[in-house]
Amino acid sequence: MSVAILRQGEYLIASIQSDLSDSEVIELRNELAELVGRHRARGIVIDVSALEVIDSFVARSLRAIVLTAKLRGASTVIVGIQPDVAIAMVQFRLNLAPLRVALDLDAATTLLDRLTRGDAEDGG
Amino acid sequence: MEDEVRVSIESDADLVSARAEGRAMAERLGFPRPDPTLIATAISEIARNIVVHVGRGEIILRPLDEDRRYGLLVIACDQGSGIRDVDGALRAEYSGRGGLGLGLPGARRLMDEFEIESDADGTTVTMKKWRLRDELAGLREERRRRG
Amino acid sequence: MDEDRDHGRPANTSEDASSLLQELVAYLRDNRTEHREEWARRISEAELLGVMSDEEIFSEATEVYDNYVDALETGSIETLQTYARELSERIIPRGVETHEVLGIVLLLRDLLARSLFAKYQNDLDLLNRILDAYEPAANRIAVTVGVSFVEERERVIQDQQEAMRELSTPVLLLRDRLLILPIIGVLDSARARQLTEQLLTAIRDNRAAVVVIDITGVATVDETVANHLVQTVEASRLMGASTILTGLSSEIAQTLVDLGVDLSMMKTVGDLQGGIEEAERLAGYLGAESPDPAGDAKT
Repeated sequence: MSVAILRQGEYLIASIQSDLSDSEVIELRNELAELVGRHRARGIVIDVSALEVIDSFVARSLRAIVLTAKLRGASTVIVGIQPDVAIAMVQFRLNLAPLRVALDLDAATTLLDRLTRGDAEDGG
Repeated sequence: MEDEVRVSIESDADLVSARAEGRAMAERLGFPRPDPTLIATAISEIARNIVVHVGRGEIILRPLDEDRRYGLLVIACDQGSGIRDVDGALRAEYSGRGGLGLGLPGARRLMDEFEIESDADGTTVTMKKWRLRDELAGLREERRRRG
Repeated sequence: MDEDRDHGRPANTSEDASSLLQELVAYLRDNRTEHREEWARRISEAELLGVMSDEEIFSEATEVYDNYVDALETGSIETLQTYARELSERIIPRGVETHEVLGIVLLLRDLLARSLFAKYQNDLDLLNRILDAYEPAANRIAVTVGVSFVEERERVIQDQQEAMRELSTPVLLLRDRLLILPIIGVLDSARARQLTEQLLTAIRDNRAAVVVIDITGVATVDETVANHLVQTVEASRLMGASTILTGLSSEIAQTLVDLGVDLSMMKTVGDLQGGIEEAERLAGYLGAESPDPAGDAKT
């Protein structure tokens, strides 16, 4: 399995294990959309630390996940962007709005806690 | 001296291979970080165009060897019906929607040289990344190996 | 064609050359003492290797001479190379310079050539053939020793530079999750690239929430490097860390503005101390969280 999705309370934690093909990325999108609805999740954390390349397609897909989740009332945080990948994304000038990022899982859940507590409108 | 590597592109699974081969060759040639990632990312962009717009094509990876520098050459070719508006495809717009969605401006920013030829018989994208040879570092490395 | 009137040597050329070499080597061994002493004398006369004592010079001279003759005999320079490297490692820290090493090697080569001339001067044809065997070998030896020395010197210099560079761009962990990168000196493209790698890796390894990049110690920054700085800040943000830039001179600030960098998007503070305070405030506020502008990948 290239992506492991766990539930942690009201949050879904999607852990990408290796480089994904485009169809696996689309599968991830669909699965998260379905799971958010099914479990009424309030937040999603996507761990991309195993991704050695984040190109325009992955970036677009991440954006799509964020927007879809938002429509269903969940905020999304991306964690684990690796140093070289960060440099590539910046040099590439990938459009990264409206992605939220955090350093690691702890930081992500703390951020989600803050976002889902009270000011729910700006979640995502 | 290494030989070239060819990756046949027919499905999105081949993009995974193309990225991996590009990274592997860059590392073998001695490109320092973050270059292997930059190269793999650029390969991903142009290889995807082949899958999405044409269906099949090929990526050729070739080491470059000069006195003062070394490099990696990437050629992406297909026999599709071509990009009609090459200029538009290369135009970088800050909103990120530029380039007709082909990701070419982004790939160009990651590499040192970038050329594209496209007509009704097909498209060939040629990209190169270079590194200057650092002579003293080379001597030092040799010294270490001799130990 | 018959040249072996005196010695009954065969007329075949390669055997001729090899037996010449043997004769040469035997001669050099037989006259080892005289040659070494003469050489040591000339070295002192030329005022080379001043940092070494006479005993040391004689001892090294013996070593070099014996290796030299062995190399002539076997045609293999490996032992000589190894010795030359070891000798270089010994004498470089003492301040021996390249011209001295080249000088003494050339003195030996000349000394031996003259000695051969003296011995074979009555048979110019034989002398020519001996020199034909001697010269290429002697030159190869001179080059080997010279190059070994130069390479060793360059390795030492490079190591020193590397050590200095590592010292001058440390990424410091100030407190839990707070990194400081003080940059001092000339900032060129290569160094900027190296810095970015070091910083981003440190962010990941230390789980840094806030990074302070201080460029008080940097006089000017060209467009490429300024771009690089901006990209570093953006990449740090993508990794979930906030960046504060401190010590911007008005000149550098102007360069950034000219580049179209929106300085209001970057946190900048006048001096390092102020930057650290701001960082601690952010980190304290943050704890393990990131407030909106910091936790946002919007560029």
